[in-house]
Formats: sequence, structure tokens, C-alpha cells
Amino acid sequence: MGVTSLAPSSADDPLDYRPVALVDLLDRVLATGVVITGDITLAIADVDLVRISLRALVASVGALAPPPLAVQP
Amino acid sequence: MSTTAEPVPTGTGVWLHGVTAEVVPATLAGLTGIAGTPARAVPGAGLVAVVSDAPLAEYGEEALRRNLEDLGWLERAARAHHAVVDALSRSGTVVPARLATVHRDDDRVTRVLRERRDELAGTLARLTGREEWGVKGYLVPGAPPRAEERAGEGGSGAAYLRRRRAQLTAREEGQRLAAEAAAAVHAALAGYAAAARRHAPQDRRLSGAPTAMVLNGAYLVDRDRLDGFAVLVRELTGRHPELRLEPTGPWPPYSFVAGPEAEPAWA
Repeated sequence: MGVTSLAPSSADDPLDYRPVALVDLLDRVLATGVVITGDITLAIADVDLVRISLRALVASVGALAPPPLAVQP
Repeated sequence: MSTTAEPVPTGTGVWLHGVTAEVVPATLAGLTGIAGTPARAVPGAGLVAVVSDAPLAEYGEEALRRNLEDLGWLERAARAHHAVVDALSRSGTVVPARLATVHRDDDRVTRVLRERRDELAGTLARLTGREEWGVKGYLVPGAPPRAEERAGEGGSGAAYLRRRRAQLTAREEGQRLAAEAAAAVHAALAGYAAAARRHAPQDRRLSGAPTAMVLNGAYLVDRDRLDGFAVLVRELTGRHPELRLEPTGPWPPYSFVAGPEAEPAWA
């Protein structure tokens, strides 16, 4: 299995270009990377932002495929 | 006049992509920012913030609340932000900003650079010469205990229950072994890396993976020690057949911008 080659995942070599997976990107740009709080997004920083966005993701993916379990009462 | 609705904000905010020590004009030339607007440099206190203009009608606080719920919008924003951060990290060292960091104007950005100069410079120094790699580990379902299954075949309710219990036990045992293997793999990679942390495992509905993720690690690796990291990942793959390991990267150091004091999973 070619799982261990540290191949570039972006624009180092245009011939080898593979877009990064959205879910991997969101792990990083939402859950981490905060050092500076902008004065406009102050209120939705940190946990709120992550929760809102992941809810959007799950809802969108769930709309494509039926959920594995019925909604809990 | 009944103007009870929030007025839609007009004007333009400043979306922060990241902070660097310096940026050459060639890196920014042709680089598109968050709203199709050009990435540009805002210098201050010996540092450079790389920003792009963001219309408040779409990127103001109220609009962001709404738009972050929209997967298509979220993906476009994440990729536009990442494109700039990625370009910066390939030409130097960058402290990436989290998605949706918007300031009112350049003066506010400059003030932040001034106020947080020491912290930002310290982070830049810590990240220099290093890059982030991800290693995800997925459960490899083990073979069920064949002998037990055969013993329970063909039968009575008691045999069914016995067989069912054996299956459940095997599954729990498999998950326990996978969790232990994930911890061992993470410890080995963290021991090699300059810094490490574990993200929450991805939901299978998001990852699309056929089996559960048990490790979602991020590792800050010295660029001149990348070969050894790849060798270690290969060794760990051989040592832990109960896991399927999948490296991703290189990433800008998104996972390593918080100070060590704010990093419970540090190394």
C-alpha cells in the first residue's frame, strides 16, 4: 500500500496537484489557527464557530445519504 | 417608517489570512483572497499581516453566522483562505489565522500586530523550518473468532446468544486494540516531531471512510528531518496491522499556532 510516501498534496508540482480534502481542511482552519480575534467575528469565535460549521457539514452530508439510525426520541 | 430589520452593513472589512515576518511582492502577485479580491500586505511592528478585502454584506458578523451554515459557502471560504495561507507557507513561515477573522480596517490590523508583536514573533520563530503533517489512522476490522462462530452455528436461541456475545466481544476487543495502537502510533510520531496534537476523529459521514477513524494526528516536523518521519510512518504501518495509516500534507502549521501553554496535547 502506498500510504507512506510523503507526496505533496498541493501546488509543489502542478502535475501532482491533488486538492486537499475539505474535512481535513476544516479540522485545521476551524478548530485551530486562532491567534488573533478579529473585531467583527468576536462573538462567533472559538467553539460557536466550530459547532455551527460542523452542524452545517453533517446536515449537508446527511441530506445526501439516509442516516444510519432513526432520530432518537 | 418602520425600519425594525437590521440594516445590511455596507462597506468593506479586512479578512486576515496570516502573519509573516516578511513577504516578497512576487508571492502576493496574482494571489486571490477571500472574496475574489487580491491578497495584500499590511505591515506593522516589523511584521506583515496578509489580508484581503471582504464586503461586510457577506462577511460581516450577521452574514457570517448565516453563511457558515451553508456548506457550499463554507467550502469556498475555507479553500480561498487556505490558498493564500498555503502560498505563504511555501515561500516562508506564516502564522495562519483561523477562518473568519475579520477586522474593520487596516488600522485595526496594524494595532493587533503592534500589541501582539512578541507573541507572534515567538510563534514565527518556533515554526521556522518546520511543516505540519497529518496522520490519520483507521480501524482495520479484525477477523471474527471463527471457532466460536462455528460452535454457535445451526441453532438454538442459546447458541445464537452465545454467538452474538462472541461477536460483540470481538468487536469491543478490536476497538480497544485499535485505540491502544492509535495511542502508540501517536506517541511514536510525537516523539519524533517537534510538536504534536490530536484532532477529534472525523465523523464517517464526513470522511466517507469505510471504517472508523481512531487517530487524527497532526505533527510539526523539521523540514530536514522529513525523510525520517516518512520512514517512521512506514515502520509503524508494519508494526500495527490493526490500523490503516494515511498521511496528509504538507500543511501550513494550522495546528501549531497556539502557545504551548494552551496546548493540552502538546507532544
